[in-house]
Amino acid sequence: MESIGDLMAGFAVVLSWQNVLYMVIGIVLGVIIGVLPGLGGANGVAILLPLTFSMSPTSAIILLSCIYWGALFGGAITSILFNIPGEPWSVATTFDGHPMAQNGKAGEALTAAFTSSFVGALFAVIVITLAAPLVASFALQFGPAEKFSVFFLAFCSFVGMGKEPPTKTIAAMMLGFALAAVGTDTVTGQLRLTFGSTELLSGFDFLVAVIGLFGIGEILLTMEEGLSFKGKAASINPTVVLQTWKELPRYWMTSLRSCLIGCWMGITPAGATPASFMSYGIAKRASRKGDKFGSGEIEGVVAPETAAHAAGTSALLPMLSLGVPGSPTAAVLLGGLLIWGLQPGPLLFVEQKDFVWGLIASMYLGNIVGLIIVLTMVPFFAAILRVPFSIIAPIILVICAIGAYTVHNNTFDVVMMLVFGVAGYLLKKCNYPLAPLVLAIVLGDKAEESFRQSLLISQGGLGVFFSNGLVSTIMGLGLIALFWPLLSSLYGRLLTPARPT
Amino acid sequence: MSNTPDDSSGPRQHLVEVGVAAAMALLGVITVIGSLQVGTGWGAEGPKSGFFPFWIGLIIIVTSIYNLVRAYTHGSRKLFASWDQIAQVLKVVLPLTIYVGVIPWLGIYIASALLIAGFMRWIGRYGWPLILAISIGLPVIIYVTFEMWFLVPLPKGPLEDLLGL
Repeated sequence: MESIGDLMAGFAVVLSWQNVLYMVIGIVLGVIIGVLPGLGGANGVAILLPLTFSMSPTSAIILLSCIYWGALFGGAITSILFNIPGEPWSVATTFDGHPMAQNGKAGEALTAAFTSSFVGALFAVIVITLAAPLVASFALQFGPAEKFSVFFLAFCSFVGMGKEPPTKTIAAMMLGFALAAVGTDTVTGQLRLTFGSTELLSGFDFLVAVIGLFGIGEILLTMEEGLSFKGKAASINPTVVLQTWKELPRYWMTSLRSCLIGCWMGITPAGATPASFMSYGIAKRASRKGDKFGSGEIEGVVAPETAAHAAGTSALLPMLSLGVPGSPTAAVLLGGLLIWGLQPGPLLFVEQKDFVWGLIASMYLGNIVGLIIVLTMVPFFAAILRVPFSIIAPIILVICAIGAYTVHNNTFDVVMMLVFGVAGYLLKKCNYPLAPLVLAIVLGDKAEESFRQSLLISQGGLGVFFSNGLVSTIMGLGLIALFWPLLSSLYGRLLTPARPT
Repeated sequence: MSNTPDDSSGPRQHLVEVGVAAAMALLGVITVIGSLQVGTGWGAEGPKSGFFPFWIGLIIIVTSIYNLVRAYTHGSRKLFASWDQIAQVLKVVLPLTIYVGVIPWLGIYIASALLIAGFMRWIGRYGWPLILAISIGLPVIIYVTFEMWFLVPLPKGPLEDLLGL
């Protein structure tokens, strides 16, 4: 298969000393970021993105994606040791992970979490290797209407399958589109929504929004809990690791199931968080030890971690092959690609083969390197959280401010970071989802562009979105996703007869 | 992370939600006004600039009004946060606001040093030697990393001009 040959070429690109060094640095940075509150995956990548402008795109994306893996691993550390989910998708890991730590089994829990993450991510990378070129070649036939329909499907998935009320999801998403619209209209070159302000000429940058919403907002949320983190000590020694590895293959079925759930949810832009919850819930129902879940069952750690990492990794598939990111971090990476002048989507596989396959090869290596690093360095990472709050908090704020500034060398962006931060705190507490907001900011211009081009072709008729089999199918899937809650409750009522409660 | 405050007082959840929905509706109105300024109809190259944002703005207004009403009638009567928790949050927001405001004048290095020193002194109550070490040490590390290594300039103020940096 051509893909294998391309993959080998990708490995050749990746295995230079420089790139391997970037991988290690990226993973270490990523775990540190994942462990610290406020600097989670999307935010960390956003802050470091402008620094990579001087590197070659391939090295830069390797560094950034390794930061992403690192952050995925890091979230598990705080969930298990401190009962603080470092990332939203680590919440399900706390259910059984922290009880395990409290029972003195922290080492086993951590080993299980890291190994499951590795397995999940590896599975997803293999899926990407096989499926991405296929999807890309398929997508080459897309016209503006088809492109818009894919965006439509993505956004409808958030509305229909998210856990927040649909009206709030729609409001948040539309706000993202409105923010994206500020500045120069990409189609006509006209200025709009700037109200005469020079600062708004370049519009709102998604990086600043991410740092504010996910970074500062997260810190403010953590603040409510008070100013200290108390956690369980942990050390991993090789005996524990090997013992746990011997035990894990028993759960291969859970693992496989979680991989599939994760890949599916990562590709459709529902994301890693629902994947981890869903996988935990299904594992609990399917397992013989289901009723022991919540008190420290190792399977209760395997299920969510595998799914979350499979989802987080497979979110890169639509990002690379269609240009539609499946998660906020994938959205930031997408933004980065655009800044480097690379056009994600089907043409990327044709015109930038080295880059794409280099990235995919780095996913394999990055995960292997990542697993080794986290297994060996857990005490170090856990110690970071012991740095007293009054020292670490201002340092995190300074890093965020620098991150916001370096996007456009503009102090106005730092102000916007603060505004987004407070907004993020309020929105999260009022149960508005932030992921569709960020995705809308990143994709707003492109979605609008394909929408307008489609209308131009059809001279104003909305029927263009149902004009052929392909686009109608995708739009149809979008509508199904949009009305999913209604449909599934109808379906449920049709099937189950009334039961006495 | 759930944090249900205990019985102490504070703003109620449903009222804050009403406020947030009202603010979003206002943003929707601003979007609509801005769209009308550039035209929302059909132009020579297809839909005009304001076409897309106009409808986006309308959807924001409609959904926000719905969210507002819903929050008022069905919103949770529990506390949004207790005043204590809000005080904790403000302990970060207020220094951060001052920090951000001061950067254009003092440059990011001095501002960061002051922020770190402030936190360590008032919240951490550390001794001056440690405070000075970290609040001066970190900006120096940042300077070396960003300005010299990554060649990324950061905002500077009067002190750096004096030192000729």
